[in-house]
Amino acid sequence: MKGWMEGNGPQSNIILSSRTRLARNINELPFPDTLDAERAGSVVKTVSDSLEGGVPDIGRFESHRLQDLGQLERQVLVERHLISPKLAKQNNGAAVISDDSIASVMVNEEDHIRIQVILPGLQIRKAWELASNMDDAMEQRMEYAYDERWGYLTCCPTNVGTGMRASVMIHLPALNITGNINKILQAVTQIGLTIRGLYGEGTDIIGNVFQISNQITLGRAEEEIVENLTGVTMQIIGKEKEARRILLENNRVQIEDRIWRSWGIMKNARIMQSQECLKLLSDIRLGVDLGILEDIPVSVLNEIMIDTQSASLQKRSGKELTAAERDIARAELIRSKL
Amino acid sequence: MQCDECGKKPATVHITKVENGKKTDIHLCDQCAMQKNVLSLSTNFSINDLLAGILSSGAASPIKLDPIQDTKCAVCGLTYSRFKETGRFGCSGCYMVFGERLNPLFKRVHGNTAHTGKIPNKAGGRIKVMREIEKMKQELEQAIKNEEYEKAASLRDRIREMCKAEKGDVK
Ligand SMILES: [Zn+2]
Ligand SMILES: [Zn+2]
Repeated sequence: MKGWMEGNGPQSNIILSSRTRLARNINELPFPDTLDAERAGSVVKTVSDSLEGGVPDIGRFESHRLQDLGQLERQVLVERHLISPKLAKQNNGAAVISDDSIASVMVNEEDHIRIQVILPGLQIRKAWELASNMDDAMEQRMEYAYDERWGYLTCCPTNVGTGMRASVMIHLPALNITGNINKILQAVTQIGLTIRGLYGEGTDIIGNVFQISNQITLGRAEEEIVENLTGVTMQIIGKEKEARRILLENNRVQIEDRIWRSWGIMKNARIMQSQECLKLLSDIRLGVDLGILEDIPVSVLNEIMIDTQSASLQKRSGKELTAAERDIARAELIRSKL
Repeated sequence: MQCDECGKKPATVHITKVENGKKTDIHLCDQCAMQKNVLSLSTNFSINDLLAGILSSGAASPIKLDPIQDTKCAVCGLTYSRFKETGRFGCSGCYMVFGERLNPLFKRVHGNTAHTGKIPNKAGGRIKVMREIEKMKQELEQAIKNEEYEKAASLRDRIREMCKAEKGDVK
């Protein structure tokens, strides 16, 4: 069930994961927002059936109807990036998830079908190829909404064409510490890419993890989107590596001190809030990448990032927890992993 | 400022209408604006509002009480004016009904109006041939420019053949 969290992909010291999502719809059927329960149910069945035989390089799928899942289970899927918060609210929806959690299909989210593949490290091309294989398998069993001029037709005009959103989760601590992050973010948005970060109070960036994705879906072929995003990501990786080198050259002791302090808190704290956890996790990830901290697999850091979220913590404890109880459970979980 | 239409409620919607080069300012209360179907009045600003903004800011005229606007999709019942408010399609049929009027929107959002990516295998045959012909036409032009007449002649023959086969297929 680890999926991308395994953390064994190329460039996985800076790129957490690569994702490709394809939006597809069934021809001449109202989009999910106005689709009645009966026809929504038959979409779920058609999609599940189409993946029953498995897909080359992916394996088998299991279908989960949202109506059969409790709130907590739905939220856990959201926290593991397997479904979106929007799908979690759709009782007529379903999540068809591969055994290894790398591939999933959201049924009756905003579009009838959202194919999604998430791989560890920088593997946008591979993620696109796998998603496309799933697309081919599914297409045999239904008639897609497609137009010669405009490509795949979607509920929102921002997805029409390829219906493809490719993205990477990228960890950029050194660019942030050296005060260069805003320049990078600005440059990226000027070339047709979107960037999202986790921000706390005000404009503070938390955890230094950003998601970069393509914005344009019409008039660019999938390969172009892949090439473009991969190229830009490689450039940002280059900048981050340069910033790390400069940091070590000029402020080695300060950086080591920061990392060891964060390690000390992570390993010993009895109460840990989620934002603090993400902040410290970023330092530790940097420490591992720089070789300052040793023998900590990336997979453990990814697990801490995902499993310390609210719903995952509660599922693990087998009961609902208050915010204060979660902070204690979070600290316990982290100590057990490190 | 009172509403131009009912004269009772305060005007909250302000629109500049351009007709025959003459500008008129119109001020409406939210109720009258809603009745006239002028604007989306949702309070929380979203990507949909943004899209709706793009749709109704077409250079032509902000309020165009054009009957075409109320084109209705036969499959899902969505009207064009409603689409302009929400920025969401109701089904794939909407695209066909609203037709070429969507291109300015696509141009604004994507900078393009034509799909160049994947083709479903089912729909594929014909579109793939058309794209191939398009590509060969460009090569032909290039060949003529470069004065490679032999290459040009053979390209022209192949294009002719493919066009003929294509037309035969359609029948
Ligand atoms: Zn009024
Ligand atoms: Zn429709």
